[in-house]
Amino acid sequence: MDNRQKEINNLKDYKYGFSTDIENIQAPKGLNEDVIKFISNIKKEPEWMLEFRLKAFERFKVLKEPDWQKPKFPKIDYQDLYYYSAPKSMKDKPKSLDELDPKLLETYKKLGIPLQEQARLNGIAVDAVFDSVSVATTFKDELTKQGIIFCPISEAIQSYPELVKKYLGSVIPTSDHFFATLNSAVFTDGSFVYIPEGVRCPMELSTYFRINASNTGQFERTLIIADKGSYVSYLEGCTAPMRDENQLHAANVELIALDDAEIKYSTVQNWYPGDQDGKGGIYNFVTKRGLCKGKNSKISWTQVETGSAITWKYPSCILKGDNSVGEFYSIAITNNHQKADTGTKMIHLGKNTKSKIISKGISAGSSDMTYRGLVDISSKAKNSTNYTQCDSLLMGNKCGAHTVPYIKNKNSESNIAHEATTSKISEEQLHYCQQRGLNPEEAVGLIVNGFCKEVLQQLPMEFAVEAQKLVGISLEGSVG
Amino acid sequence: MKEQLQKDFYNSIKNLSLSQKDIEIKKFCLDNFIDKGFPNKKEEDWKFSDLNQIIKNNIGELSFHNDQASTNKVDTSVFVDGLEHNKIVFINGRIEKIDFEYEKKDQIEIIDQSETINEFENSNSLSDLNNAFTNKCFKILVKKGYQLAKPLIIYHTTNSKIWSKNINLRLNFELDKDSSLRLIDLFNDTSEKNFLNIFYNFELKENAVLKNYKVDKFENKNIKYSFNNIDQDKNSISETFILSSGSNFSKNEINCNLNGVYASAFVNGVFSLNNDKHHEIRSIINHLTENTKSYQLIKSVLEQSSKAVYQGKIFVNSDAQKTDGYQLSKAILLNKESEFNAKPELEIYADDVKCSHGSASGSLNEDSIFYLMSRGLSYQQSRELLINGFLLDVVEKITDSEIKNLIKNMLGIKE
Repeated sequence: MDNRQKEINNLKDYKYGFSTDIENIQAPKGLNEDVIKFISNIKKEPEWMLEFRLKAFERFKVLKEPDWQKPKFPKIDYQDLYYYSAPKSMKDKPKSLDELDPKLLETYKKLGIPLQEQARLNGIAVDAVFDSVSVATTFKDELTKQGIIFCPISEAIQSYPELVKKYLGSVIPTSDHFFATLNSAVFTDGSFVYIPEGVRCPMELSTYFRINASNTGQFERTLIIADKGSYVSYLEGCTAPMRDENQLHAANVELIALDDAEIKYSTVQNWYPGDQDGKGGIYNFVTKRGLCKGKNSKISWTQVETGSAITWKYPSCILKGDNSVGEFYSIAITNNHQKADTGTKMIHLGKNTKSKIISKGISAGSSDMTYRGLVDISSKAKNSTNYTQCDSLLMGNKCGAHTVPYIKNKNSESNIAHEATTSKISEEQLHYCQQRGLNPEEAVGLIVNGFCKEVLQQLPMEFAVEAQKLVGISLEGSVG
Repeated sequence: MKEQLQKDFYNSIKNLSLSQKDIEIKKFCLDNFIDKGFPNKKEEDWKFSDLNQIIKNNIGELSFHNDQASTNKVDTSVFVDGLEHNKIVFINGRIEKIDFEYEKKDQIEIIDQSETINEFENSNSLSDLNNAFTNKCFKILVKKGYQLAKPLIIYHTTNSKIWSKNINLRLNFELDKDSSLRLIDLFNDTSEKNFLNIFYNFELKENAVLKNYKVDKFENKNIKYSFNNIDQDKNSISETFILSSGSNFSKNEINCNLNGVYASAFVNGVFSLNNDKHHEIRSIINHLTENTKSYQLIKSVLEQSSKAVYQGKIFVNSDAQKTDGYQLSKAILLNKESEFNAKPELEIYADDVKCSHGSASGSLNEDSIFYLMSRGLSYQQSRELLINGFLLDVVEKITDSEIKNLIKNMLGIKE
């Protein structure tokens, strides 16, 4: 095998498919009140937090797992999961990066997020979540100077209970749908961000999620509050080791933007997608919802979804404040046996609200992709506009691409426009590129990157480069 | 409702000479319906129009038995003037007249199919209701190579004799090779508060052409559901035009299966609604083989607190390469109370296809009104001109010029 072939083979394999041998503390298998109390106890949570969890659990007991989604999956046995798994060395929390378990640090290095280096060079503050616990938050001092709070949510529950109490569950209440409620009951960790009034966060905040232990569900909870006139850009990346069984990831993300605030939330999701025959991989059932609570506020979701066996999520915006803006930019790529059912909801409640949806779906191999979205303009949302564009690209005749938009207009002064197209890469385009010396895979990569450009350019610079590469890798082997 | 249904069912079959087996089948359909009830918004296809609730609010208790022993007098004043045509007349759900006076008698066959039941894909509990209660059903067969000289108009007439009734109708059509049929469904109701449940089945053989115009123009307080199933063979063409305007509630479903290569389907619709009317069109175009084509255009003008719903689906099978599917819905909301909901859906399993859809809704363009007013038109005139132009776009899609003019007159569109 020549070197180039080796290189291609390396690329084809899931780069993040290693697992780290670290001793774990796990809650007993299964889901019941004791497990919830165990989680609450081990995190030294106050009484109200336990109540919050138990309330959610009560509700969870009566809910049924939804089954309307396009990708069907074998029934998950919720009693056969570990709901808490933490590296043992975290029991006594390290004070600084130097005290971290060297093995953990190595893991992050493999992931491409050397925390220490990052702290020095990159200027991106990272909160890394390993299985269930946040292990390190870099750049803390600098952020604290500006009054910005960026810490694991378990820490925030203890240090900033008023803020957490006020906002946790205000966008995704404990009475929400099945997976969100499950998360409310058993969430283990995640990030908490508070940007004080008038502060523009000087750096990108970032979280890296990794599922390591087998048979664990990862349930993190992220809460971001942007106070009046503030701005924050938040990045999220995810990986998981290769395992034969499916792993569940059901996170909740809540964003709250007050008057004139802006939150930009970017995700590059690269969970393990399963092998070429569709064995293993992550079930990514995430609830993400942003509330534009104040006037002139703005929430923008950008997502690049290349991983997971099944992606099932709809990052949404509730445009409550007058003149608020919601945006959704998405690239979803499915290959082999991956399945995705993703899109957004834009719920217009305030006057002069605007929303924009750009969704690009690419399916290859035997994969299946669905865009499902809702645009709902209520009767009070005068003078609101929405623009939706969803394009799908098909590669091969074993894959599927579907579009299911729901459009509700109850206001005569508002305008909604929706466009969708489905097509394949034309022979002419390929021919043109190949004629100029590109091999078929490079040509496809180039065309696909062009197809996705509108979304890619929404990402922060560092991520855009990574995402662009990811797009190329995800489609490796889909041509010819 | 269960007792009422059972009582009415036995009253209905009493007068029919049915074999034991047929009664069993009908009974089975009835039980299915009792089991499921009227569709409600929990069902995905009825998300925007909760029929169960609508019947409850508008009619209350329905009765399902229709005494069909006595004939009704055919009121000739409802017939369309100035257009020679063949007729089928339904009065209160009873077939009173079948008249193909302009056609060669040996080229059209009318077959009694009362004993068969319909089984469609994509259907719902209403097809069970229909199967259980229809008592006469005919199949109209247009023979090989015959093209009807004049259009066929089916008059759906109800009069004030009936009240709070459920009427079930069924007709089957078969268009043999190279044949063609122009069919107009004209609704003319002087009754109130009835629920009409109509099922048509069309079978189009090679090269057959079907043009179906469904016109529900006259104000009435009835609730209507109509389901068209169209199976299309090689090279066949179906054209469906729906004018949805008169009834209190109306839902038209078109289910079109493009089974043969080069088959094409066109669905065009106009919603012109006022007061608190609630209308829906749901179309499913199944591209099942390669080189098939579909085109859909739906336009709505909504006044007062009316509500229109369009659910369109283009399904492309993995064998259906080179499919061309297009779908566009546009709505003008004229009042702050009016509402437009759409669910334009694409489900695609083949890669070499060209499918797109678009949907837009909003108010009348103020700039256009200003433009017209600055040229001397009144506000009212400019508004009418713009709305006419908006709707004319769909009416112009009608390929039959005689019928196009008829429908233009009905809509009051002047050129």
